[in-house]
Amino acid sequence: MSTLLIIEQVLNGLQFGVMLFLMAAGLTLIFGVMGLINLAHGSLYMIGAFAAAAVAGATGSFVLALAAALAVAAIAGALIEITVIRRLYGKAHLDQVLATFALILIFSEGTRWLFGSFPLFLNIPDYLSGPVALPGGIQYPLYRLTLIAVGLLVGLGLWALIERTRIGIQIRAGENDREMIAALGVDIRLLYTLVFAIGAALAGLAGALVGAIQSVQVGMGEPVLILAFVVIVIGGIGSIKGAFIGALLVGLTDTLGGIFLPELFKLFMEPGAATQTGSALASMAIYILMSLVLIWRPTGLFGARA
Amino acid sequence: MIPERLLNWVVFAGLLAVPLWAIVADEPFTITLVTRAVILAIAAVGLNIALGIGGLVSLGHAVFFGLGGYAMGILAYHAQTYTSLDLFGLSLAGTKSMPIIWLVAVVVSALAAWVIGLLSLRTSGVYFIMITLAFGQMFYYFAISWSTYGGEDGLSIYVRNGFPGLNTLVPIQFFGLCFALLCIVLFLNARLQNAPFGLALNAARQVPTRVETVGLNPMRLKLVAFVISGAITGLAGALFADLNRFVSPTMFNWQLSGELIVLIIIGGVGRLYGPVVGACLFVALEHWLGALTEFWHVYLGLILLVIVLFARGGIIGLLTGKEGAHV
Amino acid sequence: MSEPILATRNLRKNFGALTATDDVSIDLRAGEIHAIIGPNGAGKSTLIAQICGGLRPDSGSVHLLGRDVTADNTQARAQAGLGRTFQISALAMEDSVLENVVLGALGSSGNPWRFWSRALSDTSLTAKADAALERVGLIEHRNTRCAELSHGQRRQLEVAVALTLSPKAFVMDEPMAGLGAEGSKLLTAFLDQLRSEAPILLVEHDMDAVFALADRISVLVYGQVIATGTVDEIRQSRAVREAYLGEEA
Repeated sequence: MSTLLIIEQVLNGLQFGVMLFLMAAGLTLIFGVMGLINLAHGSLYMIGAFAAAAVAGATGSFVLALAAALAVAAIAGALIEITVIRRLYGKAHLDQVLATFALILIFSEGTRWLFGSFPLFLNIPDYLSGPVALPGGIQYPLYRLTLIAVGLLVGLGLWALIERTRIGIQIRAGENDREMIAALGVDIRLLYTLVFAIGAALAGLAGALVGAIQSVQVGMGEPVLILAFVVIVIGGIGSIKGAFIGALLVGLTDTLGGIFLPELFKLFMEPGAATQTGSALASMAIYILMSLVLIWRPTGLFGARA
Repeated sequence: MIPERLLNWVVFAGLLAVPLWAIVADEPFTITLVTRAVILAIAAVGLNIALGIGGLVSLGHAVFFGLGGYAMGILAYHAQTYTSLDLFGLSLAGTKSMPIIWLVAVVVSALAAWVIGLLSLRTSGVYFIMITLAFGQMFYYFAISWSTYGGEDGLSIYVRNGFPGLNTLVPIQFFGLCFALLCIVLFLNARLQNAPFGLALNAARQVPTRVETVGLNPMRLKLVAFVISGAITGLAGALFADLNRFVSPTMFNWQLSGELIVLIIIGGVGRLYGPVVGACLFVALEHWLGALTEFWHVYLGLILLVIVLFARGGIIGLLTGKEGAHV
Repeated sequence: MSEPILATRNLRKNFGALTATDDVSIDLRAGEIHAIIGPNGAGKSTLIAQICGGLRPDSGSVHLLGRDVTADNTQARAQAGLGRTFQISALAMEDSVLENVVLGALGSSGNPWRFWSRALSDTSLTAKADAALERVGLIEHRNTRCAELSHGQRRQLEVAVALTLSPKAFVMDEPMAGLGAEGSKLLTAFLDQLRSEAPILLVEHDMDAVFALADRISVLVYGQVIATGTVDEIRQSRAVREAYLGEEA
């Protein structure tokens, strides 16, 4: 196995990881500030992808498609926050799980009703397609490289938003002391809607970006949602930093495991059985990683310790 | 308001009456439909022990349902292909006998529940929800990638497995078998709920600190509840696979875990008959609404939202005027 | 002097820069009520948590009946004979009064692994539970749902649950909190005779009750025990007056 292949797979893992981060960041922010577990986050990912595919189909512009993904997901997020989510703050987790599960059912079937059951395709624009030569003679798809860059930039932007702006101060205060910031005259309802919409927009963006390399279809959001949960469990709930590290760990483990575990088993098994055992184990790799973190540190790498 | 006990008897009688009517009216499909409801009810009764009494919001109970299904699928597959099942150097024969399949389904599910419970009970609250959901997905992907037993396509069983003295291919006989198991499971649940274990578990859900200060271990109580719960849901999985004569990775699907919780919440959390009422209603909705519109999940979602936001006691709560357990 | 039933030795607990418990050594001897008083934020709750096992001290030790239980968790200490009541009632609100007390009896039996027999038909459990309810005066409410009890009745129930454990030592966190004058008087009388059964470490804000009951008082200020003594000694202690009563010496 060549170094080139390894580097390529590491980049693939990074790309997967930063996209997971976009999902996990919103989830963990919403949990940190509002104490809400949101299963419908995957639906917002799907909504972003569908909005992008629809707009790209109508206008042919990828930039407009991304803008639409952000806007539609943010608006959808704000709408469900105002109509449903708002009633769930401070309620039992079971209620939150059920209500957001209901939202998944409504969004998934609603989307199927609007767009049909067949997958849509979102094309990579010409200026981002094709490979690019990296130092060392590696040919790597420009679009995937762009995804890594966008993910890192959004991560940086999120960090700046939370650490360096007034809204960020309010968000951090909201995590610590709800009554206090209400007493300081911050409109907490508006702040919550805003945080939820930001999380939704990030999910929508991830959906649109990933939609261009996979197909856009109903049900695309939930597998990603569950991976984002794994990320959060590993990183620690409420921690953006944890979400970032956790996302990269999960992205790399999943991608590298899928490639290297079958190879590893070929060292001492016959090829057919090795491929089967290896890929079966690879499909479990991130969950095994999660279990190990749980045994070592039940509240995640960067979670508040009990 | 209707007394809960009366309501329970009405539901019980209804479950028996509808299939009997279906025989007279010669509507075998109705029997299959009610059998489906009964099997889902068994799965949900299992989940209700963890959720309703123990307060464990498990979004991964499809794991046990799927394991039960695959226990049936794998044993029957080896029996119908006359191949042996090689496990840790042991060469075992497959079987088409339901009692043996059930036993294997229960034991395998209980073991899985023990491991998953041991890991996920290190945490609580949202962590627990996320982790059980994640383990569910792990089994789902594992089943897909495990090509020996059909991978994504699953396994088909040509002839339904047998039970001594019965012809399980006759719908009403298979229904009777499932119904008997539901009765046994409900009886077990009722005993357990009122037994010292149930009392302690119920307290561990409400005030774990109190349970500790009387010298009991709330975690161990919850783990045992999770194992019992998983075992019962596993049994239901084996029956479900036998009903369809088919098992596939979709039995591990996270959506099924969600639906099992939905059944309970529609019926009433922590109530003996909550899962039964919920399962009947769910199957009825699926059948009637599904016939009216392809997009019946939208309506299910809306009904669920209304129940969560405005009617926490579920249907039993509405009819008896009592609130459900707080989870 | 006899061996103390319950003792802490040089307990210390820091939360960041804050020293919540600072070298605390207290004794609880057979037959006595030892009251811990101190202003809000003095570290009383932190101290109780360390004694009962909810919180690990940074250093120092806790001894029950002469045995070091510092490494034991809450359950093990309960099994070893520590009976605790909570400041904010920790009761199963959905359950009946009897069920709450039976839980205590079940804890003291040590065997919750019975899945078949009815808990409330088990006379070995209910007899113990009823006896405890009788003693705190809640027997006529035995089938009431806990959520429907008045605040004072919940305080009584807290004590009843602790009684079922037949503990070797009680730790009571503000049992009088929120009780009316009549309720305080009744509970004071009850604790007064309870001390002969097992000594009581009593954290309490109600000074009338403390002065009426305590054999000894320890005063906790900023995590430190600034004085330990009889009621009269504490009343006359200059340090106590300065630090606790806020009086200029």
